[in-house]
Amino acid sequence: MPLFDMSTLLPLLVAIPLAGAIVSVLLSTKYVQVLTGLLTATSLLLVMGLILGGLSFNGTGETIAVRYSLAGWAAPLGIALSLDGFSALLITLTVFLVAVLTLYSAFYFAASPARERFWPLWWLLVAGIIALFLSADIFNIYVTLEIIGLAAVALVALSGNKAGLTAALRYLLVGLLGSLCYLLAVALLYHAYGTLDFSQLAERVESNPLSWAALALITVGLVLKTALVPLHFWLPHAHGCAPAPISAILSALVVKASFYLLVRFWMEILTPAVTNDALMLLGVLGGMAIVWGCVQALRAKRLKLMVAYSTVAQIGYLFLLFPLLMSTDGVSASQLAIQHQSALAAVSYFIVAHACAKAAMFIAAGNIIHSLGHDDIARLQGMAKYMPLSLFTFAIAGGSLIGLPPSAGFIAKWLLLNVAIDTQQWWWVLIILAGGLMAALAIFRVLDLAFIKPEQACEQSTPDNWQKVPVAMPISGLALALCTMALGFNADLIIDLVAIGGGE
Amino acid sequence: MTQALAYSVFGIILFGIGLFGVLAIAHVVKKILAINICGVGVFMVFIANASSGASPDFVPHAMVLTGIVVAVAGTALALSLACRINALEKLEDDA
Repeated sequence: MPLFDMSTLLPLLVAIPLAGAIVSVLLSTKYVQVLTGLLTATSLLLVMGLILGGLSFNGTGETIAVRYSLAGWAAPLGIALSLDGFSALLITLTVFLVAVLTLYSAFYFAASPARERFWPLWWLLVAGIIALFLSADIFNIYVTLEIIGLAAVALVALSGNKAGLTAALRYLLVGLLGSLCYLLAVALLYHAYGTLDFSQLAERVESNPLSWAALALITVGLVLKTALVPLHFWLPHAHGCAPAPISAILSALVVKASFYLLVRFWMEILTPAVTNDALMLLGVLGGMAIVWGCVQALRAKRLKLMVAYSTVAQIGYLFLLFPLLMSTDGVSASQLAIQHQSALAAVSYFIVAHACAKAAMFIAAGNIIHSLGHDDIARLQGMAKYMPLSLFTFAIAGGSLIGLPPSAGFIAKWLLLNVAIDTQQWWWVLIILAGGLMAALAIFRVLDLAFIKPEQACEQSTPDNWQKVPVAMPISGLALALCTMALGFNADLIIDLVAIGGGE
Repeated sequence: MTQALAYSVFGIILFGIGLFGVLAIAHVVKKILAINICGVGVFMVFIANASSGASPDFVPHAMVLTGIVVAVAGTALALSLACRINALEKLEDDA
């Protein structure tokens, strides 16, 4: 038996960043905010460590999800928090990335007047993301979606220039529209089944036009927020115009939050309403996203915009999960469960690999902007000499995005390819491989320029207008990039964790 | 057609009108208004649901209340962003 009831720790995961946000508003001096940030990040890491320890302690033989009813009120009236392997993985990822990015932001915003507004919004965003992963109540999910949306928009607007503000406004309108589609689906589901709780809803849902309508609305709303092609139009500018640590968290975690919900609804809650055609449609859109995102990344003139377009492509890979869940005739229920579990493991791995690599890339791009004041790809000639660490980070993270061994990106693609072959859908293999090739072209284009000798370079890359960045900034990016490598060697950790509480 | 169903259908129509407005109108303030019309449509569906049973259900009311708070916050943020963009545009014109 564990020493204490682990479920009581769950609310702390939301309460800690909220407290951090409140303290950062009230005491807005620089050192207090940085200190609060570091304290909040450390205590989050600590609590998550305790929870993970408890999970593996419980996890001998019996794999269960942890539930906590807020204020002691059980569903259907109360709101439940629940944690299974999939959400535990995503929260661990969130807490880890937030810790690294907090450290990075402390340096990034050290001299910037935006610092005062950054910290409260940052912790609010983190609280929203963690609350979304923990929540087991479809209306509470709506609230967390809005907390994330409003905080993220305000963070994008921190850049203060016209391009950033316009991108933020568009992001806000898209986000509100997505949430309202979702909310309408909540209204329909509550009307039909009289509950908001995930597990109760999953028991009661039938395949009828109302469930189909609800699933369609949820999917449109969340696909809009996840930025799947052709609804991705808002993403490149919102992610490209924001300050670097914000771009990093938006690409690494915020789009994954709405994707996580899609997986929950399609795989667990509204499964009776799911049809093979619909699964195929999401897969085809995912395939289009891979191709389109890569083409745009190749054409991008600015480094951050290129990285943002590569997110569009990577989101496409995530959506390949859906056709791989298709049930064919003559497959037994247990085989289908194994197929679901391996598809989910592949996609979880992809999420983690992409989150670490993309955050590292945005950090590298942020460092380049910080030192040079611009991120025109054409003017990056010879930069490898001046910013070796940042370009090294960019190269490693790029390797993971392309899917080169031994990176986590390679394992993720490998798992995905395996499931595609097992389910006899070979055409996804072609798309996955073509996507990797095109990502390689985009990334090598930058590296190629960066390693050209400075003698051949234009004069603007001479160190005259070049500022040195604090050493912690490239180091934190490098740490994330090295993590993608380390994960390439430890694939079992993630796959075992996802299996907890799943497979029913 | 019962009264509750009529309200639900009308709510969904309002949602559609708002949706059309957000997608088709270029004017920023009108877009923000359209989003609010969308929201009101959704709230109407909730309220109509609440009255469909024998006794009124209070859970949808609580949800609409939360939804209104969110809508106000979102509208305020959108308007302040629009104002800031407008001010920057004026500065550019003067320069």
